[in-house]
Amino acid sequence: MREIVEKKVLSENDRLAGELRQRYREQNILCVNLISSPGSGKTALLERTLASFTPAHSVAVLTGDIQTDNDARRLSGYGFPVRQIVTGGTCHLDARMVNRHLNEMGFRGPGLLLVENVGNLVCPSSYDLGEAAKIVLLSVTEGEDKPLKYPGIFYRASLMILTKTDLLPHVEFNPELALENARKVHPEIEYIPLSSRTGEGFDKWLRWLNALQHKVQQAAAAINF
Amino acid sequence: MHEIGIASSILDCVAAEVQRRPGAGVIAVGVRIGELSNIDKDALDFAFEALTRDTPLEHLKLEVEWCPRRQRCIACAEEFSVHDLELACPRCGANHSTCIGGTELDIVYLELEEPCAKS
Repeated sequence: MREIVEKKVLSENDRLAGELRQRYREQNILCVNLISSPGSGKTALLERTLASFTPAHSVAVLTGDIQTDNDARRLSGYGFPVRQIVTGGTCHLDARMVNRHLNEMGFRGPGLLLVENVGNLVCPSSYDLGEAAKIVLLSVTEGEDKPLKYPGIFYRASLMILTKTDLLPHVEFNPELALENARKVHPEIEYIPLSSRTGEGFDKWLRWLNALQHKVQQAAAAINF
Repeated sequence: MHEIGIASSILDCVAAEVQRRPGAGVIAVGVRIGELSNIDKDALDFAFEALTRDTPLEHLKLEVEWCPRRQRCIACAEEFSVHDLELACPRCGANHSTCIGGTELDIVYLELEEPCAKS
């Protein structure tokens, strides 16, 4: 006897992510979820991003790691609240972890919440954290075919950031091919190449965040009316 | 390797559904998984077996319907499955289409034992 259930496998995570999304809307928080392979430069991107803000900015960071709090220590010197989520072996962040750490950190909007996921291109793509956008990082020391190997995350990400562009003269990496591959998977994906070492491309990245914030605020205003 | 988490979520859902139907024996759970969900079949089977071993759900079967990525052409509304990341419309050749399938991660049905007639 077959009984139809029709339910999302991750319905509990989706429910919690929905609550987070509502909180972000009510408190005017822009949340972005940074996802990449280990070593693609998520933490370096965040360091330079935090360094570009003034104390007048309201910014917080949640950073995921399987085992250590090294990233939080790296990021804590910029005057903004940073909290490490040690997942204890779990290869991704989920909405419950974000909810708990956000509560414990006591961050309230309006402001920007930067979430650095665990270094992994597979599992984080399945878990909604209530973010306004998933952002995937690809570094020039990886292969141009990463988008083809991991289509799930490149399909779900709004933006692909190509990192470590200062190394381009030293590696055989073709940015056009990487972008072409990403757009095969996700034709609308946006693209920003940058270097966290030299700062090249950061103006574009910060403008992108700003534009997203405006878009989210307008959407929230429309909902509230 | 998030298949353990996925298998665990499937079993949580089964347990909740079983609780709503006291006395019902569950034979199988049917799920729908899209190719963009990044689930590996062997890893999911392994996780499911490991998590049900020596539990009341030990004999529960996992039945998976694997779903390809599906697109709908913006120009001519043709719906097509994607092979080798070829996103051009097979009917009109247009390059713009929207994704309408392939991200599924759903529990679809439970196969229950026939209830015994009450004496």
